Amino acid sequence: MNMPVLKSETAAVALPSAAPAKVLAIAPKKTPFAARVLTKAKIVATNIVPPIVVLAVLLTIWELLCRKQGASLPPPSQVLGETWELIVDPFFDRGGIDKGLFWHMSASLQRVALGYALAAIAGVALGTLVGQSTWAMRGLDPVFQVLRTVPPLAWLPLSLAAFRDGQPSAIFVIFITAIWPIIINTAVGIRNIPQDYRNVAQVLRLNQIEFFFKVMVPAAAPYIFTGLRIGIGLSWLAIVAAEMLIGGVGIGFFIWDAWNSSHISEIILALIYVGLVGFILDRIVAGVATIVTRGTAAN
Amino acid sequence: MTHVPYLKLDHIDKSFTRGSAETEVLKDITLGIEKGEFVSIIGHSGCGKSTLLNLVAGLLPVSAGCVLLENKEVNEPGPDRAVVFQNHSLLPWLTVYANVKLAVDKVFSSTKSRQERHDWTMHNLDLVQMAHAKDKRPAEISGGMKQRVGLARALAMEPKVLLLDEPFGALDALTRAHLQDSVMAIHAKLGNTVLMITHDVDEAVLLSDRIVMMTNGPAARIGEILDVPLARPRKRLALAGDATYLKCRQRVLEFLYERHHFVEAA
Repeated sequence: MNMPVLKSETAAVALPSAAPAKVLAIAPKKTPFAARVLTKAKIVATNIVPPIVVLAVLLTIWELLCRKQGASLPPPSQVLGETWELIVDPFFDRGGIDKGLFWHMSASLQRVALGYALAAIAGVALGTLVGQSTWAMRGLDPVFQVLRTVPPLAWLPLSLAAFRDGQPSAIFVIFITAIWPIIINTAVGIRNIPQDYRNVAQVLRLNQIEFFFKVMVPAAAPYIFTGLRIGIGLSWLAIVAAEMLIGGVGIGFFIWDAWNSSHISEIILALIYVGLVGFILDRIVAGVATIVTRGTAAN
Repeated sequence: MTHVPYLKLDHIDKSFTRGSAETEVLKDITLGIEKGEFVSIIGHSGCGKSTLLNLVAGLLPVSAGCVLLENKEVNEPGPDRAVVFQNHSLLPWLTVYANVKLAVDKVFSSTKSRQERHDWTMHNLDLVQMAHAKDKRPAEISGGMKQRVGLARALAMEPKVLLLDEPFGALDALTRAHLQDSVMAIHAKLGNTVLMITHDVDEAVLLSDRIVMMTNGPAARIGEILDVPLARPRKRLALAGDATYLKCRQRVLEFLYERHHFVEAA
């Protein structure tokens, strides 16, 4: 509101002192503290208010629908009441699988981290091979195209048979789920490296290793990260299903266990947590991508 | 005894095979370039000018004949034949400085110390007047500036032959004139041997010692080679009315538009 006033004031002050051949360093205008806070608050409000309103509306509808006698699902108020202990104390550990949600989450995240890390390494390596070599592409691409359509859980019995243990089997399922989009996107990225960059590398006589790190990886980074982002989403989708079947500590089995004990409220709470963590994982990979690929965007 | 030119293209043929179809692009190209000479190759688009440059650069293999540099055959790319590409080809994730430094580090890894390599990078950026933008990324500078950096990168390799592939083709007329002046100044200072592809008649006459005119493809040949007997340093404005300049220009225009006018455009 007071911006125009400030402006005309600086102009009025600056004019008489502007002697010829003298450079004036004009200090950047400072908006008053209150105004700055106000604009910040406005930005926050425009971003935060709509989701809060939508959430409130949805919760109200849910509450109204499920409050009736004989509703099969609990309303949000009842969910909150029944799971309050789990929400306030996620760290309890009474042995076995009777642990707080933090421990379940962390067990699931560890499996995802391991399986996903392996998938990222193997995926980028295989994708590079397929992208670089026409023969590797001709040989491997049909295999990849068929295998990637196999649903994650269909791999579980096979991996249980191979590993004879739940833990490595779950990790393998994550691995095999996440690897396909990583391979395919990396290969596309490598294949799309402009001929110009290859020419530059050839004129400079970059060797294979230099070419890989100085040209290939940065040039294909946007594609690789697209694959990594799809991969992390799929891993998180697969872990819940896999854990339901293998049992033990983990958010997937927590949900299955809650269903077997008819604790519907606990299932709902777990679903909310799964959604939030999945969202955070996606944001993390997206954040790393923006940092790493800064400047690689087309010129 | 026979004199062997610094860079010699000896009876070069080039054809591309696609499936069973074979297209002959260049036929029997023989050309000698002396050390320190500035030679332009001009011709209509599609006549194989860029192919010829890529053959000299070693980016494409010749089908027959050979390219000799200092009497040694070259058949793979190398920093002794640095290329300034038409579309600058700077790596967009590296800064201006890092783009040039990449070349310097690679070419002088064993012969210059760390400090010397830094100084050499800065020296070449200075040469093209781009030292002020050394920390910018290619996306943040103009087309003309990118081309300057591309030139600095090529010069920094201390090439025996500098290959310019329509280096100013994508620039506006004013920027192009600025860069042409820069190239002339650098050529005068360093005495590089330059092979330049162009489709701009004025550019060819202004910059070159000799102009190689190509016939239309397929199977393009060297149609005519024109000496440009203009004294250096050349001044753009003074030359605009110069009789020799106009005569050279006329010759090239006649070649391009009367004797070998662009068939597809007709």
